[in-house]
Amino acid sequence: MPVWELLSVELLTAFLGLGLLVLGLLVPKGQKRGLGYLAALGLVGIAALAFALREAQGVVWEGYIIDPFGTYFKLLFLFAAILTCVSSFEYIGRLGNGEGEYYALIILSTLGMMILASAGELITLYLGLELMTISFCILATYRRGDMKSAEAGIKYIILGALSSAILLYGLSLLYGSTGSTLIKDISLVVNSGGVTPLMVVGMIFLLGGFAFKMAAVPFHMWAPDVYEGAPTPVTAFLSVASKAAAFAAFLRVFFVALGDSHPLWAEVIVALTILSVVVGNLVAIPQKNIKRLLAYSSISQAGYLLLGIVAFSTLGVGAILYHSMLYVFANMGAFMVATVFYNADKSDEIQDYAGLARRSPLLAAVMLFSLLSLAGIPPLAGFVSKFYLFMAVIDQGYIWLAILAVLMSMVSVYYYLQVVKVMYLGDPPPGRPAIEVPLGVQIALACSLAVLFLFGIYPTPLTNYAFSSAAAFFH
Amino acid sequence: MIRYAWLVPLFPALAFPVIAFITRRLRTLSALVGIGAIAASFVLSLGILWETLTSGVTMEKPVEYALSWLALPGAKDWVLKIEAGVLVDPLSAVMLLVVTLVALLVEIYSVGYMHGDPGFSVFFGYLSLFSASMLGLVLANNFFMMFFFWELVGLCSYLLIGFYFHKPEAARASLKAFVVNRVADFGFMLGFFYLFLMFKTFNFRELAEALPHAPHMGLLAVAATLIFAGPIGKSAQFPLHVWLPDAMEGPTPVSALIHAATMVAAGVYLLARAFVLFASIPEVSLLVAYVGGFTALFAATIALTQRDIKRILAYSTMSQLGYMIMAMGVGSMTAGMFHLTTHAIFKALLFLGAGSVIHALHEQDIFRMGGLAKDMKVTTATFVLGALALAGIPPLAGFWSKDEILLAAYSNGYTGLYILGTVVAFLTSFYMFRLIFVAFFGRRRAGLHGHESPKCMTVPLIILATLTVVAGFIGAPFVPHGFSSWVYFGEPHHLEPNYFVMVTSTLVAILGIYLAWLIYGKEVISAEALAQRWRSIHTVLYNKYYIDEAYLWFFRRVVLGLAEAFHWHDRHVVDGIFDGVGDTVRWSGYRLRYLHSGSLPVYALVFFAAVVVFVLWVATPVIGGIR
Repeated sequence: MPVWELLSVELLTAFLGLGLLVLGLLVPKGQKRGLGYLAALGLVGIAALAFALREAQGVVWEGYIIDPFGTYFKLLFLFAAILTCVSSFEYIGRLGNGEGEYYALIILSTLGMMILASAGELITLYLGLELMTISFCILATYRRGDMKSAEAGIKYIILGALSSAILLYGLSLLYGSTGSTLIKDISLVVNSGGVTPLMVVGMIFLLGGFAFKMAAVPFHMWAPDVYEGAPTPVTAFLSVASKAAAFAAFLRVFFVALGDSHPLWAEVIVALTILSVVVGNLVAIPQKNIKRLLAYSSISQAGYLLLGIVAFSTLGVGAILYHSMLYVFANMGAFMVATVFYNADKSDEIQDYAGLARRSPLLAAVMLFSLLSLAGIPPLAGFVSKFYLFMAVIDQGYIWLAILAVLMSMVSVYYYLQVVKVMYLGDPPPGRPAIEVPLGVQIALACSLAVLFLFGIYPTPLTNYAFSSAAAFFH
Repeated sequence: MIRYAWLVPLFPALAFPVIAFITRRLRTLSALVGIGAIAASFVLSLGILWETLTSGVTMEKPVEYALSWLALPGAKDWVLKIEAGVLVDPLSAVMLLVVTLVALLVEIYSVGYMHGDPGFSVFFGYLSLFSASMLGLVLANNFFMMFFFWELVGLCSYLLIGFYFHKPEAARASLKAFVVNRVADFGFMLGFFYLFLMFKTFNFRELAEALPHAPHMGLLAVAATLIFAGPIGKSAQFPLHVWLPDAMEGPTPVSALIHAATMVAAGVYLLARAFVLFASIPEVSLLVAYVGGFTALFAATIALTQRDIKRILAYSTMSQLGYMIMAMGVGSMTAGMFHLTTHAIFKALLFLGAGSVIHALHEQDIFRMGGLAKDMKVTTATFVLGALALAGIPPLAGFWSKDEILLAAYSNGYTGLYILGTVVAFLTSFYMFRLIFVAFFGRRRAGLHGHESPKCMTVPLIILATLTVVAGFIGAPFVPHGFSSWVYFGEPHHLEPNYFVMVTSTLVAILGIYLAWLIYGKEVISAEALAQRWRSIHTVLYNKYYIDEAYLWFFRRVVLGLAEAFHWHDRHVVDGIFDGVGDTVRWSGYRLRYLHSGSLPVYALVFFAAVVVFVLWVATPVIGGIR
């Protein structure tokens, strides 16, 4: 396959992002809504292309790997970006400025994630990571004049810089002790048994950097504050896509390059898993703000995904792929509801969701089923994906870890149902009108709901795809 | 056609949401959707049976295809493979036809019977859901899927028994059916999970292949016995039979379809599906045979004294199911399935006939009926035909199939069960003709006058009556390539007609009818005097051996007593623990929240501290040379 064809997904994404940037200057004020439509449609087209090329395999310039595993993640980023764009039309339109740049930044950060998922070389990987991070820094501050948004941006940029520094330091240590930045060369060195103390330090630094992006405890401190302050669609995108990108890169570096040193870092991952699952779920309980609640829930979801890494098996990788894809739809569903609700009521407080079921049955239903899927209740897809993650660790003998994760899932049902209780049993504040849901968002909500039910009732098509991608990646 | 077998349950499965969400307001359209869907399934089933019998699909060479539903690819030592699959062999093909045929006729009949009921559309929705689940159960190629549909038919049965939920008896009966079946289904579930643990598969054919390599015969027997709990509940065998008579609180078409022809036969079908399992363990087979035989006798004796027309039929169903289970136990799957087929036809006929009577009189006590033959000619003629078939009078369907069972018991050396079966045949013809002489002939005991039911109710009766005459010949011993060469286990065995068995059972049946005529027709023997003479026996029988009372006593004294104890324990010990845990969880959530002070330096500090700790943790052994 020629190079341009292998890279077509990335090239088109870059083209779309830059094109939007230019168009944003040309389109007169007041008609910028069209840019959003263009972005969403363009992304749909690119997603179709990526799906058509899902079997493509090849290495570009030694350090850029196109394989089914990477393409699976690219599809995931694209789906998340599409849903983000659709839920942004209204929200960003109301901010009144910078619409063109907004969509361009969403797409450029998507490009960064794609590079992360395909990078077979450490510098390329870092490039993708920074493209993603910097785009998000700007996006987080998009509610100009809002103190919380500014705070979110500052926190993300400073802490993000710290984590990038650590990560970069780790990369340099790895390079210093192996003599190469290519993942396949590093794996050869590690394979021949040459693990030096310096390399171990580098490994942990890398791990810290990735764990920061995953929002795994104890590298999660930024997440609740940034999630709360950032514009809601950005929070949604941040919570699903950037987390998945970190997992993609982590898998490639740690399973391929450092796979043979697995016993060294295995225990650290177990520790991260326990901490994330426990802290994420426990701290979610007292939250009053829907975005903070979802932030802690997303921290706990990072913990569940880490179970797949603990397993260190094809089943584990497949389970990560499957869970992260469904997590996109469940979490985006919940955040889209939060966005629409914020547009109507200017509030993110859970108590203001009282009686939502009567004001908009659609919104309440999507929130309900998204939360139930996050909690892992059948027949929703989240049940199947958690089942796979738990089975993956049980298969490796970590039964106690699975039990802990199940117990913490039960805790999560408590705080998810708190929201449901407010929505369905609470009385709507008097005088509040029914909430109008724009058509585009209605379609997006219906799609994510359909995905949650479809792959909950008949998971095989997606599991086959996820597990065959995983098998090709992890021998 | 066989390739499209999966469509058979799909048609009614689609009809259910269509009726529930779209056509609910439009009664006629709802009925049409339901009937149209099941008619399509019926036509398809006809095609499937035809193709099965003509294209060389046999019990050994079935057609099977499946979609993987849940699996664990790449797991080290855990195996999980759950399929959604279809298994078509003569057994399932015959069963498909039986179910779709009866369901179609019952739905047509219901148009007349349920006319004017406020829940008309919902009724057709439930019937469609039931048909879909039952057909799915029949087609299932593995235990897991079968159990799924097994539970769904149970749910539909619950919904339909309680269809007149405003009647307290109906609500209670539906609850009873649900609870009793829950006990049985739990056993069933444990049984097939046990099999899965032993053989790592739910698939029927894979299990059959793996069975000879069973690790331990004792464990296998335990699993088989647990699985047999399923049929005991669903096919209303002693001691879990108590729900079936009460289930008669549901609308009569439901009794005909679910509680006579199809769902209650699911237990027998399960035994046939898993026949190799039971056949390989003689002890379990013996248990099956005796449970079936005992239930046949037990239910028939109760039927002698009942007064409610539907309850008499219900006990008769139980008794006939006992026959089928007995047939499975004595090793003749052919006989059991043949009786299932013919019984489905004539018992549906009898129930629909009873429904026609109830529709006309709004009365179920046979001693308040009488002389109906003059008012309801079609109903009477078809009902008598059905009763003759049930009694086993040649050449009607019931004669051939019942004879097959008795012959199987006789020639496989179960002489005791053979005699028991013959006695039951006598009792059967007696209680059926008691019903007929009392309700349809003689004087009008309560002055009630009937009227013939509308065409849409009588036409299904006529069709079923015709089939009752004809259907027996597919398995009659002198017919070559008949039922026994389609549905069999092991070798297709064509039993030679045994004239001793034939003549005895016919004589016994005629004797039963004659005795019933003497007592209730000509009234030369006083029924009252007999009841007086053997009052204690009559009372015991009339009260159904006091089984319900015994269960009630057990429930009130033992279960509720235990429940009280557990309740106390729950309130004070378990709740204490859980409230404590819950409070601790919530409290720790509130405490941990303070980690998030919102202060940037703290966040950065935590980040770096974590990195340092992890480095020390992992790197120290490496530096120290331990790793």
